Amino acid sequence: MIDASTLWIVIVGLGLGSYLLRFAFLGLVGDRPIPPWLLRHLRYTAVAVLPALAVPQVVWPEATGGAPDAPRIAAAAVTVLVGLWTKNVIAAIVCGAGTLYGLLWLLG
Amino acid sequence: MPSTTAKTLTSGRAFWTGFRDGTPFVLVVGPFAVLFGVLAAEAGLNVLEILVFSVVVIAGAAQFTALQLMTEDAPTVVVLASALAVNLRMAMYSASLTPWIGAAPLWQRAIAAYFVLDQSYACSIVQFEKAPGMSIPARVAYFAGAVCPVVPVWYGATVAGALIGTQIPESWALDFALPITFLAMIAPMLRTPAHVIAALVAVVVSLLTAGVPYSLGLIIAGVSGMMAGARAELRADVRKAAA
Repeated sequence: MIDASTLWIVIVGLGLGSYLLRFAFLGLVGDRPIPPWLLRHLRYTAVAVLPALAVPQVVWPEATGGAPDAPRIAAAAVTVLVGLWTKNVIAAIVCGAGTLYGLLWLLG
Repeated sequence: MPSTTAKTLTSGRAFWTGFRDGTPFVLVVGPFAVLFGVLAAEAGLNVLEILVFSVVVIAGAAQFTALQLMTEDAPTVVVLASALAVNLRMAMYSASLTPWIGAAPLWQRAIAAYFVLDQSYACSIVQFEKAPGMSIPARVAYFAGAVCPVVPVWYGATVAGALIGTQIPESWALDFALPITFLAMIAPMLRTPAHVIAALVAVVVSLLTAGVPYSLGLIIAGVSGMMAGARAELRADVRKAAA
């Protein structure tokens, strides 16, 4: 259960922070040049953080108490493969979820 | 997809062109928002909290990240740092839009900043590059047009998801919906070898640092991935220059 005060700190903090990130260059920098090294790092943030968040959950899922589990690993693999193949986020989610529920049902 | 190359586009026409180009994104944003509503409801948030979350933050991936870490009881600082790291790409979008609309009045830029989203950025940048003769008011109007179909759907579908989420029984193994969502979001981001390297390094480091307390492993893994990606890009550029 998420504590209400934590939740509101996160909502307000994340809202303010996200707005500042969006406003930073458009509003404050105007048309001054941005250092290339900074842009180079910014390009790779999401592609680094999101897999780092997901993969430990795949290998040691919370629902099984941290024991690696075949349906979840298979579902993750299908999601990534369908994503790579179709570049379609929703298609990848649907196929991954289908694999998870199919295997959970088959393996009882 | 942007569909006009007219050099002299009036603001009114530009708005409706943007509206038409932004509309297909509703198909992506709608289901994504429903999913956020469902998972946030599963995590114990009420409908009002979920709606405010989506209105204030208006960034899917960061909201999913914050939700995942809060359910893991990560320290608030780590929740904020990780979710903001996911949103650093918004700073990149902001930087990339600046040469095009940076000369608009400050109040317009202040409003536009709130609406810098993956979708509005993607179609605007394509349109601006395709029709470089557009006036600044026309560019701002196009951007506003691209935002208009997407944002109400984001708010509305979040609420729909929140209402559905409260009806879903615990036994549905929704614990795994977040990891699947993150994995699905990664594939379209792997545009260059440097992106692939960034993702792989982040994955390996995240597994090695899984035991680090306060979910700090995620920050270490994210920073490692960013540095690896930046390094790989630099090397690819040097190789290209040498060829």
